[in-house]
Amino acid sequence: MSKRIEVNDLHVYYGNFLAVEGVSMTIEAKSVTAFIGPSGCGKSTFLRTLNRMHEVIPGARVEGDVLVDGENLYGPTVDPVNVRRQVGMVFQRPNPFPTMSIKQNVLAGVTLNSKKLSNSAADELTERSLRGANLWEEVKDRLDKPGSGLSGGQQQRLCIARAIAIQPEIILMDEPCSALDPISTLAIEDLINELKDQYTVVIVTHNMQQAARVSDRTAFFNIAGTGKPGKLIELADTQTIFQNPTQKATEDYVSGRFG
Amino acid sequence: MTTALVTPEEPKLDHGIEENPVRPAPRFAWLIVLLASFAASAALFAALGFSIVGVIIVGYVIYLIAVTVTYSAMAGRRKGTDQLMRSLIYGAFVLALIPLVSVLWTVISIGAPAISADFLTKDMYGLKGVVDKAVVEQGAPLQGGALHAILGTLIITAIATLISVPIGLFTAIYLVEYGKTSRLAKSIRFFVDVMTGIPSIVAGLFAFSLFGILFGIGTKNGIAGAVALAVLMIPTVVRNSEEMLRIVPNELREASLALGVPVWKTVTKIVIPTAASGLASGVTLAIARVIGETAPLLLAVGVTMKTNVDPFNGPMNTLAVYAYNLFKFPLNPGYRDPSLERAWGAVLLLVIFVVLLNLLARFIAKVFAPKTGR
Repeated sequence: MSKRIEVNDLHVYYGNFLAVEGVSMTIEAKSVTAFIGPSGCGKSTFLRTLNRMHEVIPGARVEGDVLVDGENLYGPTVDPVNVRRQVGMVFQRPNPFPTMSIKQNVLAGVTLNSKKLSNSAADELTERSLRGANLWEEVKDRLDKPGSGLSGGQQQRLCIARAIAIQPEIILMDEPCSALDPISTLAIEDLINELKDQYTVVIVTHNMQQAARVSDRTAFFNIAGTGKPGKLIELADTQTIFQNPTQKATEDYVSGRFG
Repeated sequence: MTTALVTPEEPKLDHGIEENPVRPAPRFAWLIVLLASFAASAALFAALGFSIVGVIIVGYVIYLIAVTVTYSAMAGRRKGTDQLMRSLIYGAFVLALIPLVSVLWTVISIGAPAISADFLTKDMYGLKGVVDKAVVEQGAPLQGGALHAILGTLIITAIATLISVPIGLFTAIYLVEYGKTSRLAKSIRFFVDVMTGIPSIVAGLFAFSLFGILFGIGTKNGIAGAVALAVLMIPTVVRNSEEMLRIVPNELREASLALGVPVWKTVTKIVIPTAASGLASGVTLAIARVIGETAPLLLAVGVTMKTNVDPFNGPMNTLAVYAYNLFKFPLNPGYRDPSLERAWGAVLLLVIFVVLLNLLARFIAKVFAPKTGR
């Protein structure tokens, strides 16, 4: 249930502003790929092109191809709504739906797509998703309480449960731990490790230790200066990036000698 | 990174901030100053000839000066300025309150005696001027009531709401969720702003002429009035709803879209429920805004003394028009007082309606508000 992503010469624009230039990379199935790089270098922007969330912003567009198991996400007949059902996303700040209970939040992706669920199927999916997000034990007695009553770390895991409830092929995470304390971060990192058995996981992080801990492969993005487009510098096994990078810029960044 | 050691002999920079220590002042010093200021003012006017307005104005000015000086001396300049600003703000608050309280007091004190079971259950049909003569000369009870106006107000406002809420809400949804900053959305926003400012009589003339063209000159009925009110309500509903939809965090929209939910479903299932409390109270306040309209209804609905609950047929009456009409054309021009009392009674009912609507808006906001808690 996981797929490999191939990106060919992708340019990402906000209106006329070129935000990310000429990215080509392959993201392996059933692995964790981390994107690192300085702020504003286009990691998140690039990540959002992988499930066509980028184009939600007015004026935003891309040029180039993103192939998921050979199928182009930006093909003329592809419906972005379908892409997003296959490529789930977890955002920087936990964003459970405030009008819904914990259970409704987990099931939101399914029920909002007007699939009718029997009670037993709904219960089963809720439990499986919450277990998948390591949250079941903490919330099983209060599934009907609002999701916004949970702690930040729990909310983020609720969002992960919500994302895996629609059984995507790929999960994108945009700095999922940057608003969380170290203990919740650890919980999420453990979860990411488990998720890669089933899903292709792509994670953007500012925390290089985190990238080193959770990812199999790491991509380093950099930017030449303000107003210039971000670029992919190199993508390699995480160990190689942190210990023996081929590019000088990568070495400077991972060793903290940047800027 | 370079580390600069601050050498001890480096001179301190003059940052221009004056030492201005604040000392504690007695808690009720301002109250003593206030009483003293008004006492001084009263004493001054006692010598010059008494005037309550003069005492208050001069007393307030004396207080402003005295409190600033006292606190500056006692507690430091910052405290003095603080007290001056405080006093100015409270002064403005009291000033704003005066007309409000005065209107409420007048309406309640004059209108309340008019309200009785009869006033709420009878109309004015068939009443002659002699009835009012009897009220004034023989102390007979007030006859007739405002039933037709109450029903007319409720019916016409309800229809106006039914017309304007869908149009206004859908416009707001278009502006926030689809149009965003497109040229069409910008021009709609501009014209909605213009519409907010049109005088209500223009809306009345619009409905009057529209129904004149469609059904013959001089057509007056409840629907025409509702159309006039809807013209006034729509911009308010659009503006309120737009604000409410806009404050729904974008993260929720993205969360929903990222789950593969189409935009229209994101709007109906996520955005609107999240904004529901604000939308509902915005609509209620828009109703409160038009429920007291007089001029457009006078034109489009006309006046009647008879209970008419059929908005498609013939003139109706509403509370504001009822009050205006009884004031302008008393039942018995020789004995105006009973008619004026009815008018005040109708105005009081209108105020009560508006208060109820506002309470309803608060209640709705509370019921629909996203729940929190563990």
